[in-house]
Amino acid sequence: MEAPNGSLSLSARGRARRRLVTNRVAELVATVAAFGAVAVLAIVVWSVLQRAIPALNLDLFTNVQATYGETGGGISNAIVGSVIIVAIATALALPMGVLVAIYVSEFAHEQIKRYVRLALDVLNGVPSIVIGIFVYALLVLGSGYAAWKASFALAIIMLPLVSRSTMEVLNLVPNSLREASFALGVSKWRTVLFVVFPTVRGGILTGTTLAVARAAGETAPLLFTTSVFLNSVVTDPRQAMDTLPFTIFIYSEAADKTLNDQAWAAAFILMAFVLVSSLTARFLLSRSERKLRGR
Amino acid sequence: MLPAVEASSAPTPPADVLESRRTLPDRIGDAALKWITAAAAAGSVALIGLIIYKVVDGARPSIEQFGLGFVWHETWNTVTNQFGALDFIFGTMYTTFWAVLFGGPIAIAIGLYLSELAPRGVRGVVGSLVEMLAAIPSVVLGLWGILVLGPVVTSTFGPWLNTAFGWTPFFSSLPASGSTMFTAVLVLTIMIVPITASISRDLFGQVPADIKEGAYGLGLTRWEMTRGVMLPYTRGGLMAAVLLGGGRAVGEAIAVTQVAGITTHGLSVNLFTTGDTLGSRIAEQYQGAVSNLQIASLFYLGVILLVMSLVTNFVAQIVVRRYAIEKAA
Repeated sequence: MEAPNGSLSLSARGRARRRLVTNRVAELVATVAAFGAVAVLAIVVWSVLQRAIPALNLDLFTNVQATYGETGGGISNAIVGSVIIVAIATALALPMGVLVAIYVSEFAHEQIKRYVRLALDVLNGVPSIVIGIFVYALLVLGSGYAAWKASFALAIIMLPLVSRSTMEVLNLVPNSLREASFALGVSKWRTVLFVVFPTVRGGILTGTTLAVARAAGETAPLLFTTSVFLNSVVTDPRQAMDTLPFTIFIYSEAADKTLNDQAWAAAFILMAFVLVSSLTARFLLSRSERKLRGR
Repeated sequence: MLPAVEASSAPTPPADVLESRRTLPDRIGDAALKWITAAAAAGSVALIGLIIYKVVDGARPSIEQFGLGFVWHETWNTVTNQFGALDFIFGTMYTTFWAVLFGGPIAIAIGLYLSELAPRGVRGVVGSLVEMLAAIPSVVLGLWGILVLGPVVTSTFGPWLNTAFGWTPFFSSLPASGSTMFTAVLVLTIMIVPITASISRDLFGQVPADIKEGAYGLGLTRWEMTRGVMLPYTRGGLMAAVLLGGGRAVGEAIAVTQVAGITTHGLSVNLFTTGDTLGSRIAEQYQGAVSNLQIASLFYLGVILLVMSLVTNFVAQIVVRRYAIEKAA
């Protein structure tokens, strides 16, 4: 408006300037928040890696815990235990989750659909420690710890994740595909199993990988189902096994420096597995979704 | 988990017309697939009922002994067999409150950055890195919290916050060790930020471009547009996002057990003392339990925890759902 001395300045002044400054500050805060979160991730990953390096050696993967007073030793029993327990949990949760998803996407009425989805979301919100004491009351009380009971608990945690992600990819399958199949006279069950299902296999795989990553890191259910200290590698799921999360949990409070180091090494192995598998899953998921959406 | 999957009904062939021409295997196959999958769905719904039943059943001796008074009694004495949950309910709500207070605004700011500010190439990378934060197992965060963050709290955060905010009851003493409620709050904040941030980002993405452009057309700055259009438009959903994050904090047991110490100081609001929550108390005492009444009381804590997290999640889901439907209409 006012142009003192006839020179026209385009830079904002007064109120307008204040508005621009406020805007700039708000943008800065949001940017700092986002990069702050990334920085926290970097700090956590770095500090785990840094402390894990001294303990990362071949012994860690091949040996069981050293007897008291001796040096060295490893956590092979915990690694084997975690792998077996999570594998059994996956074998339980995957078929169940896929069946639930097929029912919801292909068969259920609108109202029932909504209830099943709500139930799965609620199940997803049940704290893992409550699932732990539930399985303790259901299976452990009176008969003792066993690896398959831990798998059962982890399967409950995985079920909603597998099921919801399967539903999401099933919903991306175009109805024209189903209609084309029906038009050829193919029955519904054949359509679902041999036309629809093959197109979502990739999506199910990635959803399951995310669920596996989540289950592998869960500790609370293991406390109530398979919390033991052993000095041997156990492969029989009817017995209790050592696991990575439980090893970290106990060793983190140990006074012994070697055990602390091994806790860091175990944390590193667990974290590397979880981060790599969920990154891969996310990458594959976005790709398979893009493919289903027709780019 | 979110946003809610859109309901697109799968078509069904007109069964009645063709019934007579369908082969027997097809008739059996259709019915079998339908009922097997229905049974699986019914099973997963029933599972929730079974969980509630079993946990309440395990708590029964304690419920009979203490009744509802359990909720507002403070004593937890394994010698005299007197148990009450008040300290742990308080600890749970108090740590969650602070974690949400810290984490909520940060998470929403991250959501805004990801949906409005981030350049195309950066968006995906930062977005997935923030989500990676949620993938770190809680036991690893707890290990980090006790051995790395704890000492920093004692040496740096403690003196600093005590000097600056020592006049408030929240930081009125120096932390005696790294095991404090404050450490637990920080770890919980790290856990809830990625959950709330990714939901917020999705919510902001749903704001229609035309009303945003309308705001810009009126000459508003980006921040004024955010405050005047984006935040009011997504308010309900943001509340639900924060609630879902809070639900995670309420249920977290392992990391809190590792970093918050194991003793309570009554209903102390001082964040630099040790504390205990519902989940962490169960995790600490499940093995050393000396009496059946103590075990039952731990189950009772589980019942309270279950109720708290179910209510939180249920409310959040309903809000999200109503919100999604309103916006879709």
